[in-house]
Amino acid sequence: MDGIHDMGGMQGFGHVQKLTADPPFAEPWEGKAFVIGALAARISGTNLHAFRHAINRVPPPEYLAGYWNRWTIGAQILMEDSGIVTDEQVRARAARLSGRDVPEPPEPEPHKPEMPSAGAGNLRSLDTPPAFAVGDRVRTADLDPVGHTRLPRYARRRTGTVTAILPSQIFPDTAAHFVGENPQHCYAVEFDSRELWGPDAEPFRLTIDLFEPYLEPAQ
Amino acid sequence: MTSPTEHLDPALRVEALASLLAERGLIDEATVETFIKTYEQSVGPMNGAKVVARAWTDPEYRARLLADGTAAIGELGFKGPQGEHMVVLENTPAVHHVVVCTLCSCYPWPVLGLPPSWYKDPAYRSRVVREPRRVLAEFGLELDDSVEIRVYDSSSEVRYMVLPERPAGTENASEEELSALVTRDAMVGVARVTAP
Repeated sequence: MDGIHDMGGMQGFGHVQKLTADPPFAEPWEGKAFVIGALAARISGTNLHAFRHAINRVPPPEYLAGYWNRWTIGAQILMEDSGIVTDEQVRARAARLSGRDVPEPPEPEPHKPEMPSAGAGNLRSLDTPPAFAVGDRVRTADLDPVGHTRLPRYARRRTGTVTAILPSQIFPDTAAHFVGENPQHCYAVEFDSRELWGPDAEPFRLTIDLFEPYLEPAQ
Repeated sequence: MTSPTEHLDPALRVEALASLLAERGLIDEATVETFIKTYEQSVGPMNGAKVVARAWTDPEYRARLLADGTAAIGELGFKGPQGEHMVVLENTPAVHHVVVCTLCSCYPWPVLGLPPSWYKDPAYRSRVVREPRRVLAEFGLELDDSVEIRVYDSSSEVRYMVLPERPAGTENASEEELSALVTRDAMVGVARVTAP
């Protein structure tokens, strides 16, 4: 989906923050938020890609209201989708924790997705050889994604060069929707900054990891 | 579905979720504490700093690290979530690498811990793939025009870590002294390591 999360190249966010040596959790609730998110995929019977897709579906104003805020709401969306919690339940419990005597809505009926997994982690071996070799020129897809993808907007319809063949991995675009792990070859693809941002771009090279279905041979 | 118009204080949302999950036995206090302690105390940039200091002092280790980051980092005992496949990018006087995740905030946890605020911030995520030289200058890292910049956007499960340049004047420093100089920011590629 073309959501707020796909930020590469967006303008208007202002200066970068100062390089402070902040601890992982500025406040105790942030640590607890981290753990809820870290366990959300297991609790909901889903996976890492579905969690990322849930964070991407956090409404933009909430997405921009802090990292642990979007992380927590993403975890909640993931668990809502599997019938572990409802938003009504969370809000009622929050009200009760704040001292308001509101009724607790009923618990939902869990309905976890069923997707076979070939094991832990995301790396998978493939019997088929990779379609591209180091040095090949490739063109990225012209996607109109309704669901999850790891091909960002700024890298679509662009021509680059394969610089490394990376380990084949679970395909996020299908795993996030429980269609299947559908492992794919993955490549480091390098782009000239002018291919991405036009002739007046700062000179640099950008490398991004791209799954084989995103790529076709460059003409 | 969560409505954007009804913002709930995130600390309160976390408390509410934690209490709902706890009463169904889906989360417990001990697990929460263990997770938090792990990422507050054991998993952080001090791990990556050891990797860098070893690479600076042991040429054979450095070669292994650049050839197979996952295995070489594993030699020092660092592995786990968000470190399934590690690639190490070596900075030189001619080439400077910098790492980002534009789509979320992917980060090499086993060597760097959890990402700092600036890495997760929209300004960094949006801009470093478009105007990296300007972004680095804003952070205080002015690179000569002759230095080639290479930006890595972490969009798969591969995680990238930068091997910074060893600062001049540290020829006699021990591995332990060197590791104390290495910062998280240098291992992402937004700063240099400086001699004391």
